[in-house]
Amino acid sequence: MRPVFRKLSVLLIVAMILVLSGCSDQYLVLDPKGPIASAQKDLILISSLICLIIAVPVIAMTAVIVWRYRERPNSKAKYKPYWEHSTKLEAIWWGIPIVAIAILAVITVDYTHKLEPSVAIESEQKPIEIQVTSLDWKWLFTYPDEEIATINYVKFPVDTPVVFKLTSDMAMNSFWIPSLGGQLYAMSGMAMTLNLLADEEGVYYGSGANFTGKDFAQMTFNADVTTKEEYDRWVQEVKTTEVALTDAGVDELKEPGTAEVAQFSSFPENLFYNIMTQYVEEGETGAHAHHMTSEASKPDDQAVDEDSSEHHNH
Amino acid sequence: MLETIKEFASEFFVTGDPLILGAQVSIGLAMVAIVFILTFFKKWRWLWTEWLTTVDHKKIGIMYIICAILMLFRGGVDALLMRVQLAAPELEFLNAEHYNAIFTTHGVIMILFMAMPLMFGLFNIIVPLQLGARDVAFPFLNSFSFWMFFAGAMLFNVSFVIGGSPDAGWLSYPPLSEISGSPGVGQDFYIWGIQISGMGSLATGINFVVTILKMRAPGMKLMKMPMFSWSTLASSITIMFAFPILTVTLFLLFLDRYLGAHFFTVDGGGNPMMYLNLIWMWGHPEVYIVVLPAFGIFSEVVAAFSKKRIFGYKSMVFALMSISFFSFFTWAHHFFTMGSGANVNAFFAVTTMIIAIPTGVKVFNWLFTMYRGKLSFPTPMMWTVAFIPCFVIGGMTGVLLSVAPADFQFHNSYFLIAHFHQVLIGGVVFGYFAGLYYWWPKMFGFKLHEGLGKWAFWLWNIGFYVCFMPQYALGLMGMTRRFNEYNFDMGWQPLNVVSTVGGFIMGLAFLFQVWQIAHSIRFLKKDTSGDNWGQGRTLEWSIPSPAPFYNFARIPHVVDQDDWWEKKERHARGEADPAEVIAADTAPLEPIHMPKNSGIPIIMSGFWFVAGFGFVWDWKWMIILGLVGVVVTMLARSFNYDDDYYVSVEEIERIEAAALKGAK
Repeated sequence: MRPVFRKLSVLLIVAMILVLSGCSDQYLVLDPKGPIASAQKDLILISSLICLIIAVPVIAMTAVIVWRYRERPNSKAKYKPYWEHSTKLEAIWWGIPIVAIAILAVITVDYTHKLEPSVAIESEQKPIEIQVTSLDWKWLFTYPDEEIATINYVKFPVDTPVVFKLTSDMAMNSFWIPSLGGQLYAMSGMAMTLNLLADEEGVYYGSGANFTGKDFAQMTFNADVTTKEEYDRWVQEVKTTEVALTDAGVDELKEPGTAEVAQFSSFPENLFYNIMTQYVEEGETGAHAHHMTSEASKPDDQAVDEDSSEHHNH
Repeated sequence: MLETIKEFASEFFVTGDPLILGAQVSIGLAMVAIVFILTFFKKWRWLWTEWLTTVDHKKIGIMYIICAILMLFRGGVDALLMRVQLAAPELEFLNAEHYNAIFTTHGVIMILFMAMPLMFGLFNIIVPLQLGARDVAFPFLNSFSFWMFFAGAMLFNVSFVIGGSPDAGWLSYPPLSEISGSPGVGQDFYIWGIQISGMGSLATGINFVVTILKMRAPGMKLMKMPMFSWSTLASSITIMFAFPILTVTLFLLFLDRYLGAHFFTVDGGGNPMMYLNLIWMWGHPEVYIVVLPAFGIFSEVVAAFSKKRIFGYKSMVFALMSISFFSFFTWAHHFFTMGSGANVNAFFAVTTMIIAIPTGVKVFNWLFTMYRGKLSFPTPMMWTVAFIPCFVIGGMTGVLLSVAPADFQFHNSYFLIAHFHQVLIGGVVFGYFAGLYYWWPKMFGFKLHEGLGKWAFWLWNIGFYVCFMPQYALGLMGMTRRFNEYNFDMGWQPLNVVSTVGGFIMGLAFLFQVWQIAHSIRFLKKDTSGDNWGQGRTLEWSIPSPAPFYNFARIPHVVDQDDWWEKKERHARGEADPAEVIAADTAPLEPIHMPKNSGIPIIMSGFWFVAGFGFVWDWKWMIILGLVGVVVTMLARSFNYDDDYYVSVEEIERIEAAALKGAK
């Protein structure tokens, strides 16, 4: 191996460390603005460190061995063409990765339970629920308690747990706000729960992460985190100044195409629930249907069943 | 009438994109040129009898490799088009639909129509030679496998000029890939292209498992078998278990699209998540299928150029087999973020991490093969050494991805893209390049130009790091895969430009390799001695290069691991061979039983292509024509009893004498 390459590989390791420990505000994942993203960042750094403890010596060893045992006249290095087994050495390098992976596995299992996205975040504040629907190719946010709706824009107060309920009208998507925490899939026919919390005010970038077709790249949005007062003021303002989202408006949104940011003073009752259950046959008792209803927010009245049956042929 | 034709043509051919129009014209011209050249030089008969109908595993291997290199070119051009778009999204070099089609075909082609045939090519050329066998277990089936791969690849490739390419991602998740999400024919090209070539892949897997278990030379116990053959066995067994899952998955998707079944649609009670489970039960083992043979190649190369036995042979074998076993317990890590719950995620996180253990052991064993060796650095060894740091970093980011809660931040981001390109390029591509360079003289009887090869090597390596390291950073910056454009405020553009530059450096490296091959053919120095590197350890180096069509005039008797090397050592020390070796070497020549060439595999695959094309367009007459053709060719085969012959002793003597003369 040429010395150039050795230098290059050392440089790369340094670069990797810089990148991983970098805290430039452009590195959204490494610049968390909430407890979930922050725990995920810690986990990323811990697991990187464990891996580096093995990777760096291995790469260094490669460089040394390649340099020392290269063929050249009067080389002082030993040459033992039949040295092919050493129980001691092999036990060591079966042992090292086993130990490292065991440590990492324990940490992972622990964090997997702690960071399970459907687990509610403890807080003194009452959580707010935001329903998220992935449409072709725009995000629809509905606030069941405030009864307002937005497109490609979501706003919620700081230090308040947010329970995102995710579904999709058609293709599978994945809802991701990197500054606040990891993504979760949004799939039609079910509602997934993603608990997030922002502990700092700001405007955070969000996107769909799973490919949904033609204008998938247009499905980005801003998550605007403000004070509680500002948020309440905004809700009132939307309620009083914006137009309502009608059934016809919903049908228009369901058509494939992109959309600008928009806000609505109200939306058709049980919109999220109806989109989620639009394919469920009446009277279906399969495990799948059960799963959906138990995860979803309950409908308020009986009209739902009739509503959803209208959508059977979609 | 004219209107109907016009309407049909505009639906049949992809129109309206100047890039694709250019491709259509150049494909047409290239086809005319090929036909002209073959006719002008009267090469049709030669092509048919020597190549298209051959059942010789070495020639089939070469055809696989030629196809793989062409597909590498196509997949590479796809990659560069994408990189241009991402470096300057404001230029709108590709529109969204075109971009989506390109990343879909890039993925499918690189995995299924580049990596797989390159791997099968190397299996075909080397494994029987390493085993001391005269052929694979089923030579006719082997030819059929190749032509099925070829038919599938062509069916997939015509989609971009005829009908339109698939654009739902390389694994085509429903409901996007269902008729509701992708109404065009692209998705049908996807299903049938993969389905047809998949039949070939499955047959190859079976063929090599049987070849390795039944065709080894006398004396070659499994624990004396060369590492590349071991890795082929591990990979072929994985193929046997994984590919049927793919076949079924795509067949169910086909039923959904054609007959309105609801296996994967929520309406009607299906479940798209089931598709994800199934496709990844094939898809994750698939990456091990392609990387295990690369591990085998590294083991061969590192031993040869360290002039030393592979360190920890038993560990290596155990590691290979356990990787192939554990590869079937990792699929769910592709959808940690799908709400399976903490326990399921924790289980699959741990089973995924476990694979890092045997992989890590292999790296240590390669290092300690070099330790106390005498290392020389021709191109195959360069690729092997470069692989180690690359794969260590790639493996490390893979472990990071397997940490389920952290994966919530990595999943579908550019971090993931950087990781799998690092293991697939750093592992598979580097490995197969090492193998190609290493065995090239065995295939063709001349070496590739080392100087140009080293240029290609450095450009590939530099290009690789320049291209993919920024992508790790982009992932941490929140950039998602499959975006064709992004907002300038995100600060992603500089790194994307760097990444694109890296991509083009790799493109340049590929051109150096093409130049290297052309230059080496032009100025080739014939070297038919057999042991072309002078450091061969295994049986393939004991016979002339290129190997005669019957491989071994006398079937060797194996005594040691690295049998050929030991034999040379014994001779150098002036010792006599063991009695059984002498007996095998001095036995009188006997007529060799060989399979006859056959046109049936190519014709039958042609009918499969016709049927597949019919399915894509839903033309019933064409489907029937194709399937009837398949059945008729099968019958023709089963009633053909004249399918073998014997090579006479005189002819063997003549060929061996000529090879000996060439060697001196």
